[in-house]
Amino acid sequence: MSVSITIRNAVKKYGQQVVIKNLDLKVKPGEFFTLLGPSGCGKTTLLRMIAGFNTIDEGDFYFNDKRINDLSPSKRSIGMVFQNYAIFPHMTVRKNVEFGLKNNNFPKQELKTQTDKFLELMQIDTLADRMPHRLSGGQQQRVALARALVIQPNVLLMDEPLSNLDAKLRVEMRTVIRHLQRDVGITTIYVTHDQEEAMAISDRIAVMDGGIIQHIGSPQRIYQRPANVFVATFIGRSNLIPGTVEKKDGKWLLKTGALVTQIDNLDDKKVQNGQKVQISVRPEEFHVLEEKEENALTATVKDIVFLGSSTQYFIKLADGSEAIMVNESSLDNPHSAGSTIFLRLNVQKINVFSEDGSKNLLKNVDDGLKDGWEAGLQ
Amino acid sequence: MKKLLKFDMWKLVSLFFVLLFSLILIYPLLGVLRQSVIDKDGQFTLAEFQKFFSEPYYFKTIYNSLVITVAITFVTLVIGIPFAYFYFFYRLKGAKFLFIIAILCTMSAPFIGAYSWIMLLGRSGLITRFFKDALGIRLGSIYGFNGILLVQSLKLFPLVFIYMNGVFKNIDNSLLEASENLGCTGVKRFFKIIMQLSMPTILAAALLVFMRAFADFGTPLLIGEGYRTFPVEIYNQYLGETGTNYSFASAISVIAIIVTALIFFLQKYLTSRYNFPINAMNPIPKKKAKGISGFLMHLYCYGLIAVAFLPQLYIVYLSFRNIDGGVIKEGYSFGNFISASKRLLGRSINNTLLFGVITLAIIILFSILIAYLVVRRRSLLNNAIDTVSMIPYIMPGSVIGIALVIAFGRQPFALTGTMLIMIMALVIRRMPYTIRSVTATLQNIPISTEEAAISLGASKAKTFLKITTPMMSNGILAGAVLSWITIVTELSSAIILYNNRNITLTMSAYVAISRGNYGLAAAFSTILTALTTVSLLVYLWLSKSEDIKL
Repeated sequence: MSVSITIRNAVKKYGQQVVIKNLDLKVKPGEFFTLLGPSGCGKTTLLRMIAGFNTIDEGDFYFNDKRINDLSPSKRSIGMVFQNYAIFPHMTVRKNVEFGLKNNNFPKQELKTQTDKFLELMQIDTLADRMPHRLSGGQQQRVALARALVIQPNVLLMDEPLSNLDAKLRVEMRTVIRHLQRDVGITTIYVTHDQEEAMAISDRIAVMDGGIIQHIGSPQRIYQRPANVFVATFIGRSNLIPGTVEKKDGKWLLKTGALVTQIDNLDDKKVQNGQKVQISVRPEEFHVLEEKEENALTATVKDIVFLGSSTQYFIKLADGSEAIMVNESSLDNPHSAGSTIFLRLNVQKINVFSEDGSKNLLKNVDDGLKDGWEAGLQ
Repeated sequence: MKKLLKFDMWKLVSLFFVLLFSLILIYPLLGVLRQSVIDKDGQFTLAEFQKFFSEPYYFKTIYNSLVITVAITFVTLVIGIPFAYFYFFYRLKGAKFLFIIAILCTMSAPFIGAYSWIMLLGRSGLITRFFKDALGIRLGSIYGFNGILLVQSLKLFPLVFIYMNGVFKNIDNSLLEASENLGCTGVKRFFKIIMQLSMPTILAAALLVFMRAFADFGTPLLIGEGYRTFPVEIYNQYLGETGTNYSFASAISVIAIIVTALIFFLQKYLTSRYNFPINAMNPIPKKKAKGISGFLMHLYCYGLIAVAFLPQLYIVYLSFRNIDGGVIKEGYSFGNFISASKRLLGRSINNTLLFGVITLAIIILFSILIAYLVVRRRSLLNNAIDTVSMIPYIMPGSVIGIALVIAFGRQPFALTGTMLIMIMALVIRRMPYTIRSVTATLQNIPISTEEAAISLGASKAKTFLKITTPMMSNGILAGAVLSWITIVTELSSAIILYNNRNITLTMSAYVAISRGNYGLAAAFSTILTALTTVSLLVYLWLSKSEDIKL
């Protein structure tokens, strides 16, 4: 039932503008795969190429071994959930869910059973005779899901399905979608620009920018070992601090400002002695020292924001660059605005990028692009 | 004290409209009703109704009107919807041209189509003679049912087109994609999704076409011959070849209003069954019209437009031909225009423009005030004003003409033949278009904009003049252009109310036709066509849109 999706060398142009550039991708059977990126990165375009609503200018698209390039959208066995749900406003909930079955000549006697099954699965069986405009956003979302899944498609495509819901409902529905997808076991491609949503819901994520996949991997890998500065800053927050690397006594040293620290996981093949780098430090990867030490970063606290479980510090480093630090909230306020603090970095967790930000200089970093199938599956 | 004064201002406006509508609308309508059931001695009687229903000669008029109107409505939908579909879903060559010509077809004066088709396909029409002399083929008669159907369908289908074009804009592309994704494509999708989603609009377009066709006076008068319809009958009873009979004309009017009211409520009932909102986040992208089907689409759209526009072109052509009475002679000249200038041309143009401008000014002022009352000052009274102001929408022009003659044709108001009564008729008849359009616009303007102005220190009056009114200007313009064009081409009520002093271009053209002076008629019609064309182009230029809302 579940199929794999393989995309080879896909290209999409709008006039002179190339919006998808020679893109390769493999999605495993039954996988929940997310296309994540800022608006205009080409993620929706790619999804619509898979669905058949956008033409494919170059490249090959396969479901298992079957090339689907020239199949019409109605023949691809795809369930699609649209950003605005696209529920037919002139049909009741039941009629909406039945619609695909009727068009696919589903046996009449089983029509009701099948429809009821999915109405119940999505917990909208009590709303079956309502008109769509009398449903809440979350309920409409459930109708859209039921309608997409009732035809038992091979692939489920979802285009920013939660973007029209309020924050609380969004969290609730993403759990519903995740559980549903696991239960049904259908290969799913999900498009979103919300990185938190992508991390919460996906088996693997492809981070896209400028029509190119920047990184494919599990949420954890993408967060912890981003392939480049774009991914590091797009997924979660990253402070970028300029620095250099030097080799001394066969060991690599990372230097920025007054800070000098040994770093063991630099990849020798990627780094040259004395090279300038960008150090990417997540807010939680700063370590505040009790008192002044040698080889520590000096910073001034500009502002403090109490967020409940954690506290956010806006700090200014000695070289003038600004950064954000997050610590677990404590009962007293150890640092006040205007005070000077001393910092070290969590060297195991931080990432080091080339000066132009295009590649991660650490060992064991895989952008997952060479073979999207195995990479990042761990 | 000051606050009280301002509060009272809008109350006064409401009161003004109550009095005004009572005087120029309710009073005349009640007059018609009274006239229809009162005999010469002032006794109550249903004799006129009895006469109408017992004599097939009369009863047939309403029956004929209904049959022909239903046929026209059906045909306009059948030819108008595909036209709109091709226009909206495909990238047709010269789409803007198609659009403007379609509008011009529907904006022509009410009788030009009939008159021109008679000149082309009538007993001695150009095409008829060509077929008879050159090919030996006798074409069927253009007079009667077929002629009315042809003329009115070609004139009214653009209304369907404009309405459908509007609703297609509101269909979200993802609905079509969802349908395709679920296995419903092509013709099946057209009927199951696109037509179903458009149903409220199709019904609205059908109602508009029905009301226009049902009340039409000029076409059946010229081309109907033996096929007698009720607006012509009202006129005949009024004109009275056998003596004026206001009572019988009133009885027919009452019956006609009942019929239109029934149709109106039937349409409302049908529409209520399609009660769902649609709006488009992702508009539908136009497809290329390629290959054979693309060619056929172009052929259909251009063919239809060509046939529909032919009458107007032919009239313009005729106006430059040498014509003596009813006979077309060799050569071209300005002779028709010169003789028109000796026959009240100046007065006709003056009156047309004068009535038009005054009426339009009144309509715009009233519409803005009524829209404000209805949207921003909701109350039972103001809703009633709104409802009453829409009554003329379902009243045939000849009925309004009769009503005004009965109400103001004798002491204490002897207004027949004055400018005042013409303007009254035009305001009553044409205000609903502008009111609807302005009200709809105001409803979409959030009140917070006005509140912002007030919070920044503007007075309420200043806010209304400087903020609210300018924001409504698009709606005002759209409604006003429609009102304007229908004002300058008004026939059905004017024919009852006109005389030599207050004659208009439309009436002059009509008089020339009825006297068999074809050259003169063509000249007047051409000037009228030029006037409506220029008005429309100015509107399109002013509003900078290729769009028109009805």
